[in-house]
Amino acid sequence: MQIDVQTVNIEQKNQTFTHLKKRFGDKKIPSRYQEASYDLQAEENLHYRPTWAPEQELYDPNLSKIRMNDWYDLKDPRQFYYSTYTLNRAKQQETMESNFKTVESLNLIEGMPDPVLAVAQDLLIPLRHANYAANMNNTLVCGYGYGTVFTQPCVYHAMDNLGIAQYLSRLGLMIGDVESLEAAKQDWMDSDAWQPLRRSLEDLMCVRDPVEVFIKQNFVLDGLLYPLVYQRIVDQNLVEQGGSGISILTQFMTNWYLESKRWVDSVIKTMASESAENKAVLEEWIDSAANHFTSVLLPVAGLAVAGNQADELVSEAHDELLQRAKKAGLFK
Amino acid sequence: MDIKKTPKKLNVKEKYRLMTRDLAWEPSYRDEKEIYPYVDYEGIKVHDWSKWEDPFRLTMDAYWKYQAEKERKYYAIIDAHAQNNGHLNVTDARYLTAIKLFLQSISPAEYASHRGFARVGREFAGVGPQVACQMQSIDEIRHAQTQVHAMSNYNKFYNGFKDFANQRDRIWYTSVARSFFDDAMSAGPFEFLIAIGFSFEYVLTNLLFVPFMSGAAYNGDMATCTFGFSAQSDEARHMTLGLECIKFMLEQDPDNIPIVQKWIDKWFWRGCRLLTLVAAMMDYMLPKRVMSWREAWNIYGVENGNALFRDLARYGIKPPMHWDDVEKSIDHTSHQIMLGLYQWKFGTAFHSWTPTASDIEWLKEKYPTTFEKYYLPRWEYAIAQKENGGEYNNFGLPKLCQTCQLPCLFTEPDDPTQLAHRETEYEGEKYHFCSDGCQHVFEQEPEKYVQAWLPMPSLMQEPLKGDLAAWMEWASLEPTASGEYANSEDKANFEKWRKQVSTD
Repeated sequence: MQIDVQTVNIEQKNQTFTHLKKRFGDKKIPSRYQEASYDLQAEENLHYRPTWAPEQELYDPNLSKIRMNDWYDLKDPRQFYYSTYTLNRAKQQETMESNFKTVESLNLIEGMPDPVLAVAQDLLIPLRHANYAANMNNTLVCGYGYGTVFTQPCVYHAMDNLGIAQYLSRLGLMIGDVESLEAAKQDWMDSDAWQPLRRSLEDLMCVRDPVEVFIKQNFVLDGLLYPLVYQRIVDQNLVEQGGSGISILTQFMTNWYLESKRWVDSVIKTMASESAENKAVLEEWIDSAANHFTSVLLPVAGLAVAGNQADELVSEAHDELLQRAKKAGLFK
Repeated sequence: MDIKKTPKKLNVKEKYRLMTRDLAWEPSYRDEKEIYPYVDYEGIKVHDWSKWEDPFRLTMDAYWKYQAEKERKYYAIIDAHAQNNGHLNVTDARYLTAIKLFLQSISPAEYASHRGFARVGREFAGVGPQVACQMQSIDEIRHAQTQVHAMSNYNKFYNGFKDFANQRDRIWYTSVARSFFDDAMSAGPFEFLIAIGFSFEYVLTNLLFVPFMSGAAYNGDMATCTFGFSAQSDEARHMTLGLECIKFMLEQDPDNIPIVQKWIDKWFWRGCRLLTLVAAMMDYMLPKRVMSWREAWNIYGVENGNALFRDLARYGIKPPMHWDDVEKSIDHTSHQIMLGLYQWKFGTAFHSWTPTASDIEWLKEKYPTTFEKYYLPRWEYAIAQKENGGEYNNFGLPKLCQTCQLPCLFTEPDDPTQLAHRETEYEGEKYHFCSDGCQHVFEQEPEKYVQAWLPMPSLMQEPLKGDLAAWMEWASLEPTASGEYANSEDKANFEKWRKQVSTD
């Protein structure tokens, strides 16, 4: 049986808002992402200069060395606005919750070989502090970057980093209660393996060019760290040694990296294709930071694998990162 | 350490501490001043950031879960609203003036708040306030977006919605809200929190949100009132944050008290000036009224305000400096603003109208000491002009207050027959103000307020040079969206469609 639902058809005056019509024409109804993202930031007639930095404008594209004719070119291929973002994360969180339950109910942590647990403790738990730095860095980009399509995903990325730090904390509590977190913090503050990374993050937290922070944090450091730690050490080495339980509890991080790198790469590609000057700046940042962070992560990898293998894994991650940069149009 | 130890049950507070507070560390390779360069210059002294009490202990897993549930419900309702021509359920198309004003002024403010909270969420040197501010930042972008999405459907059928982005930056009355939020964002992190987190969210939000959202509910606007309900629990968190931040500052050092007092004085006045637009909305723009501005002020201003400032008295905080002036103005401002908007209706991207006979009865009843005596004669004059085929317009451009950017149309606190006008000379230039409150704000920081972008003088400057038609085009002021409601396309269409729906 077919039911015809009757609704009244009345003619529309406007297909869309004027600022969206200017950008996209009005043949197609704009998406909710477009409505939620384009031209939301004030552009003109900013009233007062910041009292904290009177040489700046309240929204100031010149805080960065990167120049864009239109910052709204830097769209997010995931088309995240608040709603799509939270719905996605809530779904992932549901999976993670059941992962935590599975690991608990099967006593997977207790059944795990000691060396695997030791690696989880020494390598993973201190990383929650690195995620805190990434949270702060992305908050800076969101606050001081230019144009909503560029800044909006950064607040999501900041909160994701907080979420990851909290997943790692839960893992720590599972494997060693509060003492796990205390020991990890001690390592982060004092142990030789972590000092280069901690120092580099403190340095990065002093940088005020929002795009530079974005590149060094989200592209370079995360682009080395996640393939190295989650894809190689956890999902391969630890799994081979009986640490599947750990891999289940870091599933969010693995998937999150794969998802968010699409966005990061697309931003870099668009910036690079804008001008030769942008390209040169990006290459300089990436080249120096990639070399630097590669050496910083070497002792971190050494917490999980022997020296030779650490070298190998880190240089693989480095190559992979440069491949991504090339795909984005750099170093050609 | 002992691996595989059975975990203790942690209480919520302790768990939250481990999940947030414990993530930060004291930097040793770089100086804190390099990482947090803006935390000192306002003079607020913080001795111990860990004394910050987390107002809501929300970890990200719970945040995603709760917020996603609300988002699902919200979009289901506004989709249904759009599909079923829910816009035809509003009382009548006069109501749309209220939400046009909201979209043009308040939604951009939500966005500014999002960016401002991201900044202070980075600048505070303690992880407690950092995370709390970041959560407010992400909430605020939610509010801006859900509002735009709710209005998007109205935009398909009515004038006055489509240019809100351009109008945010260029229309004279939107600069009232814009300058308020620009003022807060260009202040330091602590003042920002007092301005937005405390004065706006805690002291004044009930006077903005409750009237708008109840107005929406009373007038059949399902989309907007759904937004209001959906934002309610966010707002509750924001209010708690606002209160916590002020207590934190006051408890950290007695030297902070006079600084905080100065900010309370300033932002209370700034906020009350901004709210005069809400007053006009409540008393004039809603076809079906919720309560008068006076009634709302008595509940949310006087009762709540008194309780709050009684509570803060133990820190040595006094009620805001210009409280008495505000109290004296309550029975006047909505009428003054609405008469102003009505006479400049050729320059507003919403419609206005003269009160009907029943409106007049209601206004008389709600404002027994002022309406009939001072304002009814002016409305009667405007009505008579219309009846004689004329129109009550003032093509002279209003003189705007250098601080609040509203036209200087308010009267002396103690004499409602005298227009208030104040002047201050600064570096050889004269600046005009609508009140003692606004003059006082200016004189505390003249170097800041001389920078204000005033939309009226810009009409006289390059490239417009006094060309009113060019100015209207530049500000996206289309005649179809402006002027008298009775002659508007919105009215005609709404009535036609409504009829079509009821006969089908």
